[in-house]
Amino acid sequence: MRWIWIDKFVEFESGRRAVAIKNVTMAEDHLHDHFPGFPVMPECLMIEAMAQTAGILVGEAMNFREKVILAKISKAVFFDYVRPGDSLRIEAEITTMAVEAASTRGTITRGDQTIAEIELMFSHVDRNLAGKKFPEENFVFTGTFTALLRDIALNHKQPVAQPTESG
Amino acid sequence: MGMDRDEIFQKIQGVLVDALGVDEDEVTSEATLMGDLGAESIDFLDIVFRLEKAFGIKVPREELFPAESLLNNPDLVSNGKLTAKGLAELRERVPHTDLSEFEKNPDLSKLADLFTVNAIVTYIDGRLNA
Repeated sequence: MRWIWIDKFVEFESGRRAVAIKNVTMAEDHLHDHFPGFPVMPECLMIEAMAQTAGILVGEAMNFREKVILAKISKAVFFDYVRPGDSLRIEAEITTMAVEAASTRGTITRGDQTIAEIELMFSHVDRNLAGKKFPEENFVFTGTFTALLRDIALNHKQPVAQPTESG
Repeated sequence: MGMDRDEIFQKIQGVLVDALGVDEDEVTSEATLMGDLGAESIDFLDIVFRLEKAFGIKVPREELFPAESLLNNPDLVSNGKLTAKGLAELRERVPHTDLSEFEKNPDLSKLADLFTVNAIVTYIDGRLNA
């Protein structure tokens, strides 16, 4: 199964921008170790939340035909700790889209406070590793993502491409 | 009237500082992208994207880095060196570059030395002011 690290999309403009929500709770195991008595969300997991939000945005723009993988963290700047009980708003926008890759920029906010600024690059693996064999199914966009996008499609009454099911 | 070479260089310096996370004074015109500035393959694409935004022009990747796609082709590279076929291909792609030194020992690490900051300045200058 895929590890889903965002809770839902609240805005989705195909090929342009997406906004997701991630609620941070003490039910998450890692917060007990990071750190005992002082739980803060690791910065790398904020990057993961952005990578999922922006990665789905990039994948959807190509109707999930390409396998999109995180290729580069161009920028990641953090301004405050994130604690249990915080609700994060993860906003991603596509800055450049080419056949072999895409770049995105985004911010993570809590209320009106900016928590992080993150710029990423995604590579379309089939186009960049020519000759390498990959499984036929799209192992990046599995059906688990369907639920995330179905809700936003219903709310906004606009068509959002669905990932192909691969288990 | 277009931008002069100094202005182009300064803008490219900014692009490389952002794309590669290096300090401004590291980006000299002789600096090599891979050896001196630590660029990897995805960085070349990042640089292309940023140049397009900075200068408002379309930059075909194979035009700016004509030798880049040779690096990953098993027909053209063997044991870290360009094969005869690879050399022929390279000559065709960079007709204006003097390769006589490189041909004596066509090691890929030396090929990487062709990607300099100055080469980007020259390319952009040609595009803007030709």
